[in-house]
Amino acid sequence: MQPVELPDKIHVGPVIDPGHSLASVSDKVAGIVLKRKITLGWVFGLLISFAVLQNLMAGATWLLIKGVGVWGINIPIGWGFAIINFVWWIGIGHAGTLISAILLLLNQSWRNAINRFAEAMTLFAVMCAGMFPVLHTGRPWLAYWLLPIPNTMAMWPQFRSPLLWDVFAVSTYLTISAVFWFVGLIPDLATLRDSAKSPVSRKIYGMLAMGWRNSARHWQRYEKASLLLAGLATPLVVSVHTVVSFDFAVSIIPGWHTTIFPPYFVAGAIYSGFAMVLTLMIPVRRFYGLDDIITLRHLNNMAKVTLATALIVAYGYTMEAFFGYFSADTYERFMIWNRMTGPYAIFYWCLILCNIITPQFLWSKKIRTSPGILWIISIIVNIGMWLERFVIVVTSLHRDFLPSSWGYYAPTIWDWAVYTGTLGLFMTLIFLFVRVLPMITIFELRMLLPSASVKEPVAQ
Amino acid sequence: MSVHTDGAVTLYGLMAEFETPGELVAAARRTREAGFKKYDAYTPYPIHELDAAMDLHDNRISLFTLIGGLLGCAGGFGLASWVSAVAWPLNVGGRPLISVPMFIPVTFECTILLGGLTAAIGMLLLNGLPTPYHPVFNVERFVNASRSKFFICIESDDPKFDREMTASFLESLGAEEVAEVAA
Repeated sequence: MQPVELPDKIHVGPVIDPGHSLASVSDKVAGIVLKRKITLGWVFGLLISFAVLQNLMAGATWLLIKGVGVWGINIPIGWGFAIINFVWWIGIGHAGTLISAILLLLNQSWRNAINRFAEAMTLFAVMCAGMFPVLHTGRPWLAYWLLPIPNTMAMWPQFRSPLLWDVFAVSTYLTISAVFWFVGLIPDLATLRDSAKSPVSRKIYGMLAMGWRNSARHWQRYEKASLLLAGLATPLVVSVHTVVSFDFAVSIIPGWHTTIFPPYFVAGAIYSGFAMVLTLMIPVRRFYGLDDIITLRHLNNMAKVTLATALIVAYGYTMEAFFGYFSADTYERFMIWNRMTGPYAIFYWCLILCNIITPQFLWSKKIRTSPGILWIISIIVNIGMWLERFVIVVTSLHRDFLPSSWGYYAPTIWDWAVYTGTLGLFMTLIFLFVRVLPMITIFELRMLLPSASVKEPVAQ
Repeated sequence: MSVHTDGAVTLYGLMAEFETPGELVAAARRTREAGFKKYDAYTPYPIHELDAAMDLHDNRISLFTLIGGLLGCAGGFGLASWVSAVAWPLNVGGRPLISVPMFIPVTFECTILLGGLTAAIGMLLLNGLPTPYHPVFNVERFVNASRSKFFICIESDDPKFDREMTASFLESLGAEEVAEVAA
């Protein structure tokens, strides 16, 4: 099948600056790790992130000393920040897998410039996410009860529980994302090994590259394995957020017990993930002078995906409201009305503003290609997606079936400490990552160059 | 164009360097057509045209991944069933102990987990990685294989290998430079 040639006006500029050659892209990306001096800005950023990370240490320590009572959770709202942040972080991770796996299967070669960074973001986000359910148990040293391990109590986990499905889904997701990421890194680690001047970095990258020698016989198996991993990661990423949504949908709480949850959660995850990729990539591309590799075309494409998923999410919100009304169920109707007008109404309307109204600006090509405005929109979307999880978790729980069991939830300083602490962890990891590993997949970048295509000389 | 002799005692093979992927693919095809079996091309990125030129079709990874996935599938479902029906049977109003629909998520995740791990580990094993030492790195210019240049190395244990004949064959392919690879 011939690829369809789209008219020029659909694209905004090239995928990679035409001035680049095989050697120049390699040197540029490897140079960020090997040659670039450590700048004051980087040190400053890392220090701030690391300082914020200490909130997590303080929050988690106090939590372990006193128990989950230091958080704002109560009965009926047993799922406060812990679940909100867990779902938020996991969702952010999904864009990385979407970019690396689904766009690979769809042959979207523009993804080559952003997939490494997005996958790293996935890994770090899943690490932050994993923190919350474990801390939420209040006794993390017993977290191994979640796993089917033979034990002296002769007890086993409940395989019919969505919370156990979560354990399997999230740990599989973390493992496969890490494996996919590392497999993608091998050829680039070899590039770093071969370009490194200092014997120490040559040794370290050499060990990590495992003796990769760019052999054509290796590449053939490598490409096959990459495709297989992408093919497996694609249903995996959809299944992970589906399982996360099952935590809600399998229960009978009003507002949670709906079949729309899985697709609407997956779309929301990709939405927030793309917003986070934009939030991180726009400054990185500026500070590291990568405008010629992460071009306006990339920003434009990512903004389009953000807009498309925003519309799916908007459909989800509309349907939630419609189901509440159309179910003719007292509790469902009350839930949606309470969500819009009750004590948390301000959060609901802010969420509509952030997640449905704001992304409408992305219809304009001018805004999609202005990094500054795009960056602000992406931050607003991140906040909006956090509010969405807050609204879903809290409004459904605080007013359930019996007015005698109604309650109110407000986070405490320790909730905020743990949440901001994971933001610090995430940013610390990102800062370290951009210094020690190539943040752009070099070998895939080479494939984007016009000089990389095979034009065999005419036989004499 | 000249053959560099660096006085190596044993020879791993002869390595030719090419400037463009097109020249490399043509050279690789002619190397195979000339009857060489033990040779390899080295490129800074995967070149799909080489698979045809060098007649590469190793599909074992797909098979391994399928087997790994099926084992994960059976293992996941088996684990859930064994725990729920044998190790810790809970009779909830006489409902079936093996509740198939509720076991699907765990079964699915285990399928992906084992399939994915087999694909990655299979790739490493079939490629013989990690390789702590390999003679091709003895050629100084070979560092460019991970940057911008293309190489073909014909190995000395190929039955058709002959130091002079093979060197002139590689030069006839339009190589920029032909170097001896110390073992």
